[in-house]
Amino acid sequence: MSYIKIDKLWKRYGDTVVLEDLNKTVERGEFITIVGASGCGKTTFLKMLLGTESPTGGAILLDGIPLVAEPSEERGIVFQRYSVFPHMTALENVMLSLEFEQSPLLARLFGGARKKARQTAKDMLEAVGLEQALHKYPHELSGGMQQRLAIAQSLIKQPRILLLDEPFGALDPGIRKDMHELVLKLWRELNLTVFMITHDIQEGFYLGTRLWVFDKERIDPHAPEAYGAKITYDLPVGQTDDALLQRIDQSLNQTEQKKETLHHGQ
Amino acid sequence: MKRLINQEPNRVARWLLGLLPFLLLLALYVGASNARLAENPNDKLLPSFDSFGSAIERLAFEPSRRTGEYLFWQDTLSSLQRLGIGVALSASFALAFGVLTGAIPYVRANLSPLMTAVSLVPPMAILPILFIVFGLGELAKVMLIIIGIAPFLCRDLQQRVMEIPDEQLIKAQTLGASSWQIIQRVILPQILPRLITSVRLSLGSAWLFLIAAEAIASTDGLGYRIFLVRRYLSMDVILPYVVWITILAFFIDLLLRLLSRRCFPWFHAQTGNN
Repeated sequence: MSYIKIDKLWKRYGDTVVLEDLNKTVERGEFITIVGASGCGKTTFLKMLLGTESPTGGAILLDGIPLVAEPSEERGIVFQRYSVFPHMTALENVMLSLEFEQSPLLARLFGGARKKARQTAKDMLEAVGLEQALHKYPHELSGGMQQRLAIAQSLIKQPRILLLDEPFGALDPGIRKDMHELVLKLWRELNLTVFMITHDIQEGFYLGTRLWVFDKERIDPHAPEAYGAKITYDLPVGQTDDALLQRIDQSLNQTEQKKETLHHGQ
Repeated sequence: MKRLINQEPNRVARWLLGLLPFLLLLALYVGASNARLAENPNDKLLPSFDSFGSAIERLAFEPSRRTGEYLFWQDTLSSLQRLGIGVALSASFALAFGVLTGAIPYVRANLSPLMTAVSLVPPMAILPILFIVFGLGELAKVMLIIIGIAPFLCRDLQQRVMEIPDEQLIKAQTLGASSWQIIQRVILPQILPRLITSVRLSLGSAWLFLIAAEAIASTDGLGYRIFLVRRYLSMDVILPYVVWITILAFFIDLLLRLLSRRCFPWFHAQTGNN
């Protein structure tokens, strides 16, 4: 049995079809990057993985069991922004999930348990390179450091799936490169299963083991909402040439352009 | 020459510019007062600073001949006590209300419309009801402050709770938090500095309701004294009292601002306000 099975997955909002009939299987330890034109359902798909949206039809199965329709510990998430808690220091941010787990009523740990949780959190922060910033608040950290913190915060729970929603979209190119190294290192060391949305197709080719392209195969000019997006490419990363990359880029641009003209026509 | 909107006064200029209107106002008063007093030494409308001084001395530093109390301090204490109790109770209630309605959709659906309706009732219109129900004692006055500011605080805090980014609530859930844990560790600590901001905004109304209640039924308090001496046209008492109330209001606001900055530095860094 496969680790994650996406089974005849549909998503509609009223008459608008967002995603139509997705069927995929994902094995444990895969790193899937998702690219696509804006409005092609990437984020909707991620939200269904996360549990904040539920499928209109079909299901996403984890070890054969459909995912619960609310966020849970099985799934870790890093958003582009607002991923960390502004009122806690880096260390408190990372300790938080341990406190949730061990102290249902007060959500705070004391004495020996607190010491142990601190140490675990410290180790995690060291793994993402934040050992210098344990007692800093998020507003004292740069954008890249905040995202490191968000990753550490998620990984301490050892989630079965890690979801990254354009996590490096707001960062400078140089810092983005460091973050790529970090994510790859953690992915290898902790044997994570990762889904990552990105705008940057180069990033997609560099990072994952598999690249999914979300795109609309058909657009009806009279009813642009009638057809949803599908996964038009499912490529193993590392075996692609530049020509293919350009072709994908072009087809995505075409979808964007078609949409634009439709909008202007209206 | 830079555009006007790009020219910033330096520190000294800022102080002087800020001080100037106060000095002008003061000069205007002294001029008008002198003119009136020259014509009629018994004029009561714009008393001289000497009569302010003697009025303050009589009320603040000499025991009252009738009760033996220092009226000025007694009035201040009574008023601050009412204001403090009223604002503290309103803030505590609003905190609980705001967090629960903001965080839990079922509670919001249940209680939010009621609070909206209640907040539309003009508090002064139900002041007689308060006096009938709670008598003429302290409770009615405190209740007027609560009824006056609690609905605003409740609605404001509910809004502030709902403004906490969804991403944070989702993140907390992926970290295994229950609803109760999210309220405790994510919502409550982030809402406290916002509560202080809301309280600062509502203090003006709190003073209004306090003075209104004291004016109508009381035996002491700053508002009571002002309305009492109005009968004798005692501007020499009224004006110092008004200035004193303004000073008190200023320092309460300053205190809350400093408290917030000290306890919640992350909040002020984040929002960029001071």
